[in-house]
Amino acid sequence: MRHLLSTEQLSRENAILILDTAQEMSAVGEREIKKLPALRGRTVVNLFFEDSTRTRISFEAAAKRLSADVINFSAKGSSVSKGESLKDTAQTLEAMSADAVVIRHWASGAPAQLANSGWIDAAVINAGDGTHAHPTQALLDAFTMRAHWSKLQGSSSVGADLAGMRVIIAGDVLHSRVARSNVWLLRTLGAHVTLVAPPTLLPVGVEHWPCEVSYDLDAALEKGVDAVMMLRVQAERMNASFFPSAREYARRWGFDDARLAKLDALNLKDTIIMHPGPMNRGLEISSAAADSPRSTVLAQVRNGVSVRMAALYLLLSGEMREPAAAHHFPAAPPVKDHS
Amino acid sequence: MNNPSAASGDGQPAPSSVSRVVLSAADIERALTRIAYEILEANKGGENLLLLGIPRRGFPLAQRLAAKLAASDPAIDPAAIVGQLDVTMFRDDLAQHPTMAPRRTELPASGVDGKTIVLVDDVLYSGRTIRAALDALVDLGRPRAVRLAVLVDRGHRELPIRADHVGKNLPTSSSEKVRVRLHEIDGGTAAGDQVVIEAGA
Repeated sequence: MRHLLSTEQLSRENAILILDTAQEMSAVGEREIKKLPALRGRTVVNLFFEDSTRTRISFEAAAKRLSADVINFSAKGSSVSKGESLKDTAQTLEAMSADAVVIRHWASGAPAQLANSGWIDAAVINAGDGTHAHPTQALLDAFTMRAHWSKLQGSSSVGADLAGMRVIIAGDVLHSRVARSNVWLLRTLGAHVTLVAPPTLLPVGVEHWPCEVSYDLDAALEKGVDAVMMLRVQAERMNASFFPSAREYARRWGFDDARLAKLDALNLKDTIIMHPGPMNRGLEISSAAADSPRSTVLAQVRNGVSVRMAALYLLLSGEMREPAAAHHFPAAPPVKDHS
Repeated sequence: MNNPSAASGDGQPAPSSVSRVVLSAADIERALTRIAYEILEANKGGENLLLLGIPRRGFPLAQRLAAKLAASDPAIDPAAIVGQLDVTMFRDDLAQHPTMAPRRTELPASGVDGKTIVLVDDVLYSGRTIRAALDALVDLGRPRAVRLAVLVDRGHRELPIRADHVGKNLPTSSSEKVRVRLHEIDGGTAAGDQVVIEAGA
């Protein structure tokens, strides 16, 4: 594996390797010196064609904690606004010998194009493309769920998956790359996923996804759930009338105070509430839910740095001139040599 | 031994007829007992000691040493003076090998500041792992002193590093492989622990 483009092709073995590595990386954030020398002298370019604050600074923090050099590039105020193509931008980065490109693009498939076109030799990490995929977000969500799930079972999270966990993903599934990436990854890790959304915000073909679909959030909650992930209502993509009014959406599909109380009434004391951020408080999630002890929103942000460190480390360390087909992820962690 | 894949069969009885056992379980036991006394002697007692094992086989060795220290000095709590120090991210050969998964670094609650650290590893060879360990240690705090205890010193140093406490000096050729088998890592019984030299392939 040379690139991280989507979670659909990510094997269970590699997914767990990334999560386990992230586990070790998370210890670095608690040390006095929050830096490891593993990627010293390597260059990571953050190539952002779409607005983003948290993903970009999360990647930047991750790369810097591994001692890589970080170059930030955003389409606004760059030659892209003068009409430069993705190919020319990529070749410019190649000429500056970037080792990894973290790309966010409004067009689905742009990272795959960058990775497979031969324009560039660097490892490509998808930081969100259109409505397609956002693999590091799904990995950090899975990391957060795994920490919670193994704590409940009283076991170590290293090497564990999410077998038996019941997850609801609710909200704007149609536009959400987070939902897509999560569905694939959670299936790989053995969790049971239910998507809840208004019929207008479900994509065509959702019945073929490896998950259940429901239009009724209350009914889905009543069946029992271990994690509820609320998706952001993406106002910038709401150019058609997908639901009658914000108030109606909040009442039927938002995680409001009544549903928070309902979790207690259903005796689901260990259910966590997740949100990929940024939150629309009062729309898809109420303030009480977002600030409750069940909320993992800030843990998700913290875990994001660890997961992105793991992805950068696993893609960038190892033999520099390895053929693309070779094992960037070894099957078994190699044994330390004697020296 | 700089090739991680070469260590994949660690601890298994070597199929080739050219391997020989250089330390038996009893030899390892005696060597560790002696090292434990040497550590106490050099430190003038058990105060402020911290044993940090380097994964994977250094950690069980550090645990065994701590148990022996506690046996001779009842003031020592063996669980509170043992830790594990992962050096993967500090290696200088990360770019020459397939990706190595990092392992856990675990320190006792006391931390490393002001402590006398004894790094514990199974085999001392080029010295590069110890170099990485010293770098890893600097990022964790400021120990008062750092010493090195190894079960086997096989020579061929590539850096100006030497061990303070050595179980056995083992002259080897660089084509030979030294395999350490410890039941905590490799399974089997404690009586099956051994150090084996295999002729190079």
